[in-house]
Amino acid sequence: MRHLRWLAVLPFLGMLVGPYFLNRVEPFILGLPFLLAWLVFCVLATSAIMALIYITDPQNRTPEEGR
Amino acid sequence: MSAALLIVAAAFAVALGLGLRARAGRDMGLEQWTVGGRGFGTAFVFLLMAGEIYTTFTFLGGSGIAYGKGAPAYYILCYITLGYVTSYWLLPPVWRFAKERRLFTQPDFFAAKYDSPALGMLVALVGLVALVPYMVLQFKGLGIIVSTASYGAISPTVAVWIGAVAITAYVVVSGVHGSAWNAVLKDISILCVVVFLGIYLPLHYYGGYEAMFQAIEAQKPGFLALPALGQSPTWFASTTLLTALGAFMWPHTFGSLYTAKEPRSFRRNAAILPLYQLINLFVFVVGFAAVLQVPGLTGPDVDLALFKLSLQSFPPWFVGIIGATGVLTALVPGSMILIAGATLLANNIVRPLRPGMDDAATASLSKAFVPVMALVCVGFTLSGGDTIVQLLLMGYNFVTQLFPCFLASLMRRNPLDKRAAAAGIVAGVAVVAATTIGGFSLARYPQLGPLRDVNIGVLALVLNLVITALVAKLVQPSVRISRLASR
Repeated sequence: MRHLRWLAVLPFLGMLVGPYFLNRVEPFILGLPFLLAWLVFCVLATSAIMALIYITDPQNRTPEEGR
Repeated sequence: MSAALLIVAAAFAVALGLGLRARAGRDMGLEQWTVGGRGFGTAFVFLLMAGEIYTTFTFLGGSGIAYGKGAPAYYILCYITLGYVTSYWLLPPVWRFAKERRLFTQPDFFAAKYDSPALGMLVALVGLVALVPYMVLQFKGLGIIVSTASYGAISPTVAVWIGAVAITAYVVVSGVHGSAWNAVLKDISILCVVVFLGIYLPLHYYGGYEAMFQAIEAQKPGFLALPALGQSPTWFASTTLLTALGAFMWPHTFGSLYTAKEPRSFRRNAAILPLYQLINLFVFVVGFAAVLQVPGLTGPDVDLALFKLSLQSFPPWFVGIIGATGVLTALVPGSMILIAGATLLANNIVRPLRPGMDDAATASLSKAFVPVMALVCVGFTLSGGDTIVQLLLMGYNFVTQLFPCFLASLMRRNPLDKRAAAAGIVAGVAVVAATTIGGFSLARYPQLGPLRDVNIGVLALVLNLVITALVAKLVQPSVRISRLASR
């Protein structure tokens, strides 16, 4: 499942490239301006992606690493 | 004495007490004082790292930038997140190497990787120059907090002195252990205060989030999205990327990763910390709530937005609670910065010049440097005005220049040697210094189109890369020859 780590590219795309296309105030999402709502979504997605990478990374399964 | 000031003073006292307690039962040698004996678990590493990133700049500056600039503030939310993503892969190898070689500071890492104490000195100098404005910001924040909480009875100047003495005393007695315990206290209080303010203020003044943002949009159309010129999406992307690369290049952040017991802490934190930094969302909301309620703050005064709004919304005791939180947000990162700065001076600038200096002498020398560094920073705090923001941007762009040779040093076969690394750093830093001091900006060249909004730090980084590659190319033959000769 090593290839899953490439998912880490998505946060960069969402936050650096996203604003070029989603730079608008309306519609409001959950009360937030559109661009801010998008970036908050990106943060949540990043956390989920990193959790997925952590769980599937075989390095984290071996106990006592690095001691 | 107001109730607010009493509560702020109590926070100072508790922080000092925790610092003293953390020291109990430990012999404070260099390893204990600077890196906590490398025995901190996931939770403590989490708190130290979060603790350094959530400073008074987040608390007052984050709401201030939302109040003053609007949407460009969103970059804060993004760069920290992207920094955490990279930390998953970058920090564990650094930690392993540091543990193997018993490193204490960031320059130690560069010196060991490139086998050159001189490169370590260069990195230490860059780090020191970058740390000073960061510390100045903490002192400025303390000044604002204490003088606001006293309702003007204590002038900001006196407040800065009180803060400096408190931080210094506390760092000298407890080292990094005190920071970790106070980080626990600080994080609990900042979470409660900011989330409460971020929910209460929009409800109280506007009746809800959407109503608040609609009111702002009606008064200042486009304030909640990025402008087409200036702080445009190009500015946003380049600034976010640059600061994300620089996020772990600060000497105090780099130093705190040595405190971990095992590298898995960093990988786990890479998933948790992005969520945790959503606190910034509430900080922005407070700044936005202030836009229509306390209008008219400009220039450096935008940092007062959170407090001005609090003063008109809450009784003194609650202003005191907010102030106490603010004090902690300055104390924890402030102490980390002082520890890092003083250790850089003692361990990476003085020690290489005086061979034979042992760990114990280095530890006592770095403790002696703490008050010196605090004094220098107080000096800058009291003399500087707007230029501090300029200095901070310069600081961020400075530390980012360390990134290329840092990344190269993690590769299995480092393509760079110490000369290429040093040349790149010097070139990048020179460009940053020249453009910042000279006030140079790409915006002067409209023929560049959207590229003119690119953060000037990118230019420095590109030049850094070019020079590094050039020197690497030039010195490579001689490296090969010497390798052959040594066979």
